[in-house]
Amino acid sequence: MTARVGVVTFPGSLDDKDAARAVSLAGAEPVALWHADADLKGVDAVVLPGGFSYGDYLRCGAIARFAPLMSELVPAARSGDLPVLGICNGFQILCESHLLPGALTRNSSLRFVNRDQVLRMENTRTAWTNDYTGGQEVLVVLKSGEGSYVADEETLDRLEAEDRVIARYVGGNPNGSRRDIAGITNEHGNVVGLMPHPEHAVEALTGPSTEGLGFFTSILGHLKAGAPAHA
Amino acid sequence: MSEVPGLDTVAQATDSPDTPQPYAELGMARDEYERVREILGRRPTAAELAIYSVMWSEHCSYKSSKVHLRQFGEKAPENDALLVGMGENAGVVDVGDGRAVTFKIESHNSPSFVEPHQGAATGVGGIVRDILTMGARPVAVMDALRFGPADADDTKRVLPGVTSGISFYGNCLGLPNIGGEIGFDQSYLGNPLVNALCVGVLKHGDIKLAQAPGPGNKVVLFGSTTGPDGIGGASVLASASFDEESESKRPSVQVGDPFMEKLLIECSLELYAEDMVVGIQDLGAAGVSCATTELAAGGTGGMNIQLDRVPLRDHRLTPEEILMSESQERMMAIVEPAKMDAFLAVCDKWSILAAEIGEVTEVTPEEAERGGRLVMTWHGETVVDMPPRTASDEGPVYERPYARPASQDALQADDAARLARPEGDAELREQILKVLGAPGVGDPSWVTRQYDSYVRGDTVVSAPHDSGMIRISDDSDRGVALATDGNGRFTRLDPYTGTQLAYAEAFRNVSATGARPLAVTNCLNFGSPEDPGVMWQFAETTRGLADACQQLGTPVTGGNVSFYNQTGDVAINPTPVIGVLGVIDDVNKRLRSGFDTEGARVFLLGGTRAEFGGSAWADVVHGHLGGLPPQVDLAAEAALGEVLAASAEQGLAVAAHDLSDGGLAVALAESALRGRRGLRVEVDGDAFTALFSESGARALVAVGPGEEEAFTALAARHGVPVARIGSVGGESLSVTHPGGSVEIGLDELRTAYEAALPALMDGV
Repeated sequence: MTARVGVVTFPGSLDDKDAARAVSLAGAEPVALWHADADLKGVDAVVLPGGFSYGDYLRCGAIARFAPLMSELVPAARSGDLPVLGICNGFQILCESHLLPGALTRNSSLRFVNRDQVLRMENTRTAWTNDYTGGQEVLVVLKSGEGSYVADEETLDRLEAEDRVIARYVGGNPNGSRRDIAGITNEHGNVVGLMPHPEHAVEALTGPSTEGLGFFTSILGHLKAGAPAHA
Repeated sequence: MSEVPGLDTVAQATDSPDTPQPYAELGMARDEYERVREILGRRPTAAELAIYSVMWSEHCSYKSSKVHLRQFGEKAPENDALLVGMGENAGVVDVGDGRAVTFKIESHNSPSFVEPHQGAATGVGGIVRDILTMGARPVAVMDALRFGPADADDTKRVLPGVTSGISFYGNCLGLPNIGGEIGFDQSYLGNPLVNALCVGVLKHGDIKLAQAPGPGNKVVLFGSTTGPDGIGGASVLASASFDEESESKRPSVQVGDPFMEKLLIECSLELYAEDMVVGIQDLGAAGVSCATTELAAGGTGGMNIQLDRVPLRDHRLTPEEILMSESQERMMAIVEPAKMDAFLAVCDKWSILAAEIGEVTEVTPEEAERGGRLVMTWHGETVVDMPPRTASDEGPVYERPYARPASQDALQADDAARLARPEGDAELREQILKVLGAPGVGDPSWVTRQYDSYVRGDTVVSAPHDSGMIRISDDSDRGVALATDGNGRFTRLDPYTGTQLAYAEAFRNVSATGARPLAVTNCLNFGSPEDPGVMWQFAETTRGLADACQQLGTPVTGGNVSFYNQTGDVAINPTPVIGVLGVIDDVNKRLRSGFDTEGARVFLLGGTRAEFGGSAWADVVHGHLGGLPPQVDLAAEAALGEVLAASAEQGLAVAAHDLSDGGLAVALAESALRGRRGLRVEVDGDAFTALFSESGARALVAVGPGEEEAFTALAARHGVPVARIGSVGGESLSVTHPGGSVEIGLDELRTAYEAALPALMDGV
């Protein structure tokens, strides 16, 4: 049976169509989920896409965490059962929901940055990164205004000690993220937050590479294996 | 007397014909005011005066330009692809497979000078709503920008503000910004230009028009609430020159909320898909005045509106302020009564406020004859009772006097051929780097990097390539390419030729990506129409564009005129920005401008003459503007375009780049830098002319090994001069000429290309 991967649309979600396309190209079935429905429709995994949910009012992701859908998603994700990938604004929502530690703040340039970005994959045992090899460099897209990952030193040390950094920026830090962190995972390895956009690097015609597809094929492999992810 | 204190009702207007009215303060001429009195048979109420003053403003009525713009229709070439032509919110063009695209460019110049961030942001918002109003999903934006000198203090205020405004609004809407252009010139210092373009995709059957048929149908206002922001904003600001008072006009710039606009887009598209609207109009310049008069005029001619039902964000607003408010993110729909509940449910799903504010009415034959009947009430009292067509369609039309300025002869006599040319290879090399690095020629990525070019995942080509290209849908290989161009220096020297050169450049840019040009939009930016010299520039421009479109078979589908871009009596260089849209059957065959295939052969298509008038070289090296611009040969442009499109289609070319600002020198450097490969070329004759002339109808093509003969034969078949000038490879740009050679390493070339804007804007 094909894996069913939900893609959530909040008011102001923008890269939902792109995330669904990436899910399809990876061979899974994308399922549209609506923020106002407290219904996960029995999906096997969920992508929180990029965009400006609720206009980024208050703080990025701060309002989305209170959406009815999140009341279903958060407990399932926290327990380690439901794989969730938060991309860009989705990463911000995961931090605001306390599924991941830390926060995303204004880029150090104080400007929106759109560029093709090389990442070095670190932890490749999570639900969303197992199709990569450790140390592998992948070219994806970075496009965000509030992409600078911050956390206190203790948290950063813990993330490093527990091997929970999944990817770092290579070739210059584009936004001031602490320790060049581009993405992290939770202690179960089922929840991953990533600032850059792998879903925009899935077709040679429109992306800088097709190397982002690995995030979406990873979840298929993970679900097929049926085993819980380990951080 | 009215029940509402201070309210100016129709009854009161009838009873007090001699009450002085502030028509002059509202920008109306005495004879225009008299004409309103004649139409109504009495003095207008305050609310009616508000409607006529904004609808008859230059910005909304095109009163000075209309007589010239008619040529676009009169000379329009036969074109089966045109589904909706000029006059609607935007033109619609058939692109095959039952799909169509709609596109338009519009100015937001004056607001962007007064308040750069919000001015530019709401410029994007406005054009996106125009496209949405046609029934299309907006899929991409572009922008053409002009600023004062890059090192001027005010440019450091205006440029970052405009960029952040476009970035903020477009990125939050989820629309990829796929290109555009940026230019700098002293003449734009007090009058920067911000022209925003949007393109949308729709199915043939989905086209929506601004009309209000069916008596009894409801008039619904949905989207943002109406506030005091932007009262008389775009229409008044854009209808007068700047003076010392301009600073105080800041509150008249509208404030944008892209999140609301994103919801409005999704909500409207769902309403269209469920067939819930019979007519639709966005609220842009002139707000409710424009939407009601245009919808009514496009329908039965009759409409009743209860103005007190307009949802307000400030309850103190008067009827006339509501009518003039340009609050953003609002739409007006005509809805059948039976569908009202379902309509409101969709709005509710998207958290969009919707209010029924009136209905479509029958008109008597006599009323129809007068231009219909629009009645508006305020808490039960009639404040408007007028024929809507007289405001929307029958505004004043001026035959402004125009005359070629006496100074034009001296300007054209000041030939660029007299300028000192580089002596020796060292100076030639230095000037290549200097021109390449000039703001406006060099790397625009300080600006474009702030725009999301990837969102929606259909962007096939974007900045800094020759044009932007998008796949029209994931289930199709078809794509559309768009380019905007406009060279104010050429147009200043000769408006007729300069306009055709701008058109030709956009045409060439579209062709260089492998698409075939199909249709045209334009944004005509000029000084005051009250100056006969400016009006001559305008007349020459419209004649030039209409003639060019007629010759090459690409109809003008719509556009925008922006007058009064002048401070005191100094006007901007006349700047028609021409947008050309083309279609490519298979986006997989698109060409980009980076020459990245090692060993590919480099060909130059087209002939080069010694043409330096208005060139980038004359400007950057000598600060000179004079002489004549390059000649235009539209037949040669068409032939070149066909060779480019065919060589993409047949897989002969691996990359292509048009020649424009900075001539061959800049084109070679850009193709090398974008491909991250060196180029070795050899030119005949005078190296300076070969490298810096800006003759039109030329392009560089990288041809795959083994395809040279087929490519040369293709060019010959179309009568396009073709010369193999070199090949791709190495770590430098190397140009050999009969008298010597110039070599510049890629690193040095890149530093020169990229340095200017970061240094000026960030001081790095």
